Amino acid sequence: MSYIAILLTFIFINNFILVQFLGLCPFIGVSKNSANAIGMGASVTFVTTVASVVTWAIYYFLLVPMSLQYLQTLTFILVIASLVQLLEMVIRKISPALYQALGIYLPLITTNCAVLGIAIINITNGYNVMEAFTAGFAAGAGFTLAIVLMSNIREKLDLMPVRRAFRGMPIAFISAGIMALSFMAFDKSLLTNLHLV
Amino acid sequence: MNILLALITVALLGGAFGFGLSYAEKKLAIKKDEKLLELEPIMPGVNCGVCGYAGCNAYASAIAKEGAELNLCAPGGPDLVQKISEIMGMVVEVDPNERRKVAHVMCKGNVEFTAKDYVYDGPMDCNAAHLLMGGDNTCKDGCLRMGSCIKVCPTDAISKDSDGYIVIDEAKCISCEKCVAICPTHVMQMIYEDSEYSIDCNSKLPGGRVRKFCSVGCIGCKICENKYPESGCKVESYLAYFDQAVPHSQIAEAAEACPTKIIIKR
Repeated sequence: MSYIAILLTFIFINNFILVQFLGLCPFIGVSKNSANAIGMGASVTFVTTVASVVTWAIYYFLLVPMSLQYLQTLTFILVIASLVQLLEMVIRKISPALYQALGIYLPLITTNCAVLGIAIINITNGYNVMEAFTAGFAAGAGFTLAIVLMSNIREKLDLMPVRRAFRGMPIAFISAGIMALSFMAFDKSLLTNLHLV
Repeated sequence: MNILLALITVALLGGAFGFGLSYAEKKLAIKKDEKLLELEPIMPGVNCGVCGYAGCNAYASAIAKEGAELNLCAPGGPDLVQKISEIMGMVVEVDPNERRKVAHVMCKGNVEFTAKDYVYDGPMDCNAAHLLMGGDNTCKDGCLRMGSCIKVCPTDAISKDSDGYIVIDEAKCISCEKCVAICPTHVMQMIYEDSEYSIDCNSKLPGGRVRKFCSVGCIGCKICENKYPESGCKVESYLAYFDQAVPHSQIAEAAEACPTKIIIKR
């Protein structure tokens, strides 16, 4: 699978939020305004990219030689949680400006299933390290795309005359459902038609 | 044997990460300014942004690190300036008699008094309505009464009464001027809290046009200014305003004489 195919797969065809339904908590929680959504998207992209590479290394250099593959979920959660904590400290020290921008979102990502999801998907698909890196980045980019679109829709919805029973969360969920429906338009045949597989 | 290996691996991995993190925490710890630690709790904590910084903590750190002005916080008032200057060891001249300003809607128009240009059926937001020919009122300077100011007020001091007027709870107002900034017609203005009277109109149009649009507008007749020179009222571009600072012994008579009765005792 070429890198472009991986990018297209994780951004559109298997979009984490709208197709695979991973990471829905921040998708609904942090999509009230677009500035926060961009911050959250950037943080998730950063973490999925780094976590993909690190979990790949842990799996192939630690778990496989000792034939402990069944421990992957446990160790991956451990790795991701510590990694995010460490990243937070490093960013706080090195770049206070970036920390201000990402700061509050980083701890939220520690237990985000999208991050664990991409780590496990990388292993299941048997990617090599560069492919895992690309997939991690693409998954984050797909997340960012979905959450930014959603935040723009919700900003508009706030001003719209919505029936009281639907105001707030319910109309957000309905909009998310329709967005997910539209993402069904992308499927595997896209890759075949573009001669990427 | 296998389970033992798993146990050891996970324990070692967890231990390594744990120690690594605690080491990193020490190594990468950031010293916080002591003055900043004292400043943060005394800030009002409403994060209104009048000082020009992102919030109360941002302003506190700007004072401690960048030497920002000490008197930028409107909600805190003179008391806060005093406290900050004590912490920072600086002497700041504080005028204890400084007059507090509160937000006020300079308009008494409503559906009954003010003619409509068209029927507005869009988002209930003043700025959205203002995009369409300056709103649905014929008077383009008046209050649109859709309450954008209510949404931005950090202390919930603004509300709508049963007649649809925007009213301001002056005890709650912290002079942050957020409502003034969001108001598209600039009808929300800051007036002195101790001001006894206010002239509630914002229309700078000549009297004839104001009369066509609204029955409670200032028509610029200058009765208050000319007949009652001691009223403290001044008319400029067909709009009267009242100044508490100048002699105003005749203001009550002027209010009585005002043909559209917009000089209102507060």
